[in-house]
Amino acid sequence: MTFETFIFYLLGFIAAASGLMMITVKNPVKAALWLVLAFIATAGLWILAQAEFLGLVLILVYVGAVMVLFLFVVMMLDINLVVLKEGFTRYLPIGAVAALATFALIYMVVGPDRFGLQAFPAPTPLPADASNTKMIAVPLYTTHVYAFILAAVLLLVGIVAAISLTLRRRPPKEVQYQDIDAQVKVQAKDRFEMIKMAPVVEPEIKKEEKEE
Amino acid sequence: MFNALQNWLSSFLYDWLAILITLLLQAVAVILPVMLAVAWLTFAERKVIGYMQVRMGPNRVGPAGWLQPIADALKLIMKEIVLPAQSNIYLFVIAPVLAIAPAVAAWAVIPFDDGVVVADIDAGVLYVLSVASIAVYGIVVSGWASNSKYAFLGALRASAQKISYEIAMGFALVTVLMVADTMNLTKIVEHQQGGFWHWYWIPLLPMFVVYFISGLAETNRAPFDVAEGESEIVAGFHVEYSGMAFAVFFLAEYAMMILISFMTAIMFMGGWLSPFEGIPGLETLFAWVPGIVWISLKVAFLLFLFLWFRATFPRYRYDQIMRLGWKVLIPLTIVWVFVVGLMQYFKLGPWFN
Repeated sequence: MTFETFIFYLLGFIAAASGLMMITVKNPVKAALWLVLAFIATAGLWILAQAEFLGLVLILVYVGAVMVLFLFVVMMLDINLVVLKEGFTRYLPIGAVAALATFALIYMVVGPDRFGLQAFPAPTPLPADASNTKMIAVPLYTTHVYAFILAAVLLLVGIVAAISLTLRRRPPKEVQYQDIDAQVKVQAKDRFEMIKMAPVVEPEIKKEEKEE
Repeated sequence: MFNALQNWLSSFLYDWLAILITLLLQAVAVILPVMLAVAWLTFAERKVIGYMQVRMGPNRVGPAGWLQPIADALKLIMKEIVLPAQSNIYLFVIAPVLAIAPAVAAWAVIPFDDGVVVADIDAGVLYVLSVASIAVYGIVVSGWASNSKYAFLGALRASAQKISYEIAMGFALVTVLMVADTMNLTKIVEHQQGGFWHWYWIPLLPMFVVYFISGLAETNRAPFDVAEGESEIVAGFHVEYSGMAFAVFFLAEYAMMILISFMTAIMFMGGWLSPFEGIPGLETLFAWVPGIVWISLKVAFLLFLFLWFRATFPRYRYDQIMRLGWKVLIPLTIVWVFVVGLMQYFKLGPWFN
C-alpha cells in the first residue's frame, strides 16, 4: 500500500464515519459539526484527486461560511428531542425501506458499472508547475461562459428574493431606526442655537433688605 | 538546507520516515519562532499601550520587564483548568484545539524570504483564506459547549462578524490576484519588484485599507472586539476557560494577528523586498540586508498598528460593525474589482502597462 492509498482510505473512512455520525447523533449542533468534518475529509479526497482548487473552495465556502451560518441557526434553536423521537419504532420499517431504495438507486447510478476503475482510470500526474486554478478558469470563462453567467444571475435573483421576503420596515412608532447619513451630516447649527436675551434683574430683594 | 537533510536521512532510513522527519523539523522551524513572537507581542502590547497611556507597563520581571511573557506563561501553565459541570465536555476540550490548529496550519505557505517557505503551493492565497476560515469554529464551539449565556452571545457575535468580514477580505485579495495574475504568494512578491512605488499598496490603496480593517475584525481586535466585549459580556466566548485552555485561545488570537500582518506585508507591501530597491546609492548601501529583516520590519510596523488602534479607538457598537462590513467595505471592494479590471483593460498608468 502506497502512502497515497493510505491517505485515501483514511480520508474516506473519516468522511464515511462522520457522515454516519451526522445522521445518528441526537444533538443537532453535534450533527452539524460532524458534517463539517465530513466536508473537510471530502476536501482532502478532492485534493488527492488533483482538484486542489475545488478542495480549497469546498473548505472556504462550505466549512468557512455555509456551515457556520447553519450552526448559528441550529445553536439558537431549542429543539425538544423527545417530540422528535416520537414514533421512531413505528416508522422504522418504512424508513428502512426508503433508505434501502435510495441506496439502491444511488448504487445503480454511481456504482462500479459506470464509475469503476475501468471507466475512470487514475489521472496521469500533472507537472509540478501546472496551475489547477487556471485549468478550471479557462474553460469556465470561455466555453461555458453563458452557463456560468446564467448561474450567477440565478443566484443573484435568489439573493434578491430572499432579502425582499425577509426585509420589512416597521413603522417608526414600534422601532426606531438609525439614519447614519443624517447623523454624519449633522452640524452644530442643527443641534445648538445661540439665543440673545436681556438679563433678568431682581431689584425687589434689595428693597426688602433695606426695610429690615 | 532541508533538502540536504532529507537526502542524508534517506541514505540510512525509509524514504517516508526521512520525509516525515524533515516535515516535522520544518514545522518546528516555523512554529517555534511564531510562538515566541506571540509571547513577546503580548509584552509589546502592554508596553506600547502603557506608554500611550503615560504609564510604565510591566517592568518588574527581568530587566525592564522583558521576562514578563515567561512569567505569564508559567502562571497560566500552573493554574487549574476548570471544566464546568453542565458543559459539553468533549466539545469544551476540543474548542481551543480548533482555534489554534488553523492559526498554526496557515503558516505552511507563508514565504519569509525568496524560497524560504515550507510549501510553495500554487493556490497559496486560497489556502490561507480557507484555513483561516476554519478558525471561527474554535470560537463558535467554545461558546456553545460552555453552556453559558455570555459565552454563547460572544460566539454568535463572532461567527456573524467573521463571516461578514471574510467577504470583504476575499474581494480585497481578488484585486491583488487580478494585478499579480497568480495565487502563489512567492510570485505575488516577485511581481512587486522594482522599488516601493511598485508595491501594490499604491495602485490598490483602498483595498490595502479594506484588507487591514477586515483583518482587525477577523482577529477580533479592538475596535471590533465585541466577541470578547469585557464591559458587556465579561469575556465572551472564553469566559469559562481558565489556565492553559484560555492561553491556547490567546495564542491563537495573537498568531492570527501576526499571520494577517504577514499577509498584508506580502500582498501589499512587497514582502521581503527592500524598500530602497531602485533608488541609486541607497540600494547598494542596503544590499547586504537579508530579506527576512525587511519583512520582519514591515510586519512589526503592522503589528504596531494593531496595538495603536487598540489604544486609540473606542469599541464599535455591534450594529455599526455589521453596517461597516456590509454597507461600506463590501460595496467598496466590488466597485474596486471593476476599477482594477478597467485599469488593466486600458493599460493605465505606470502599474498596468
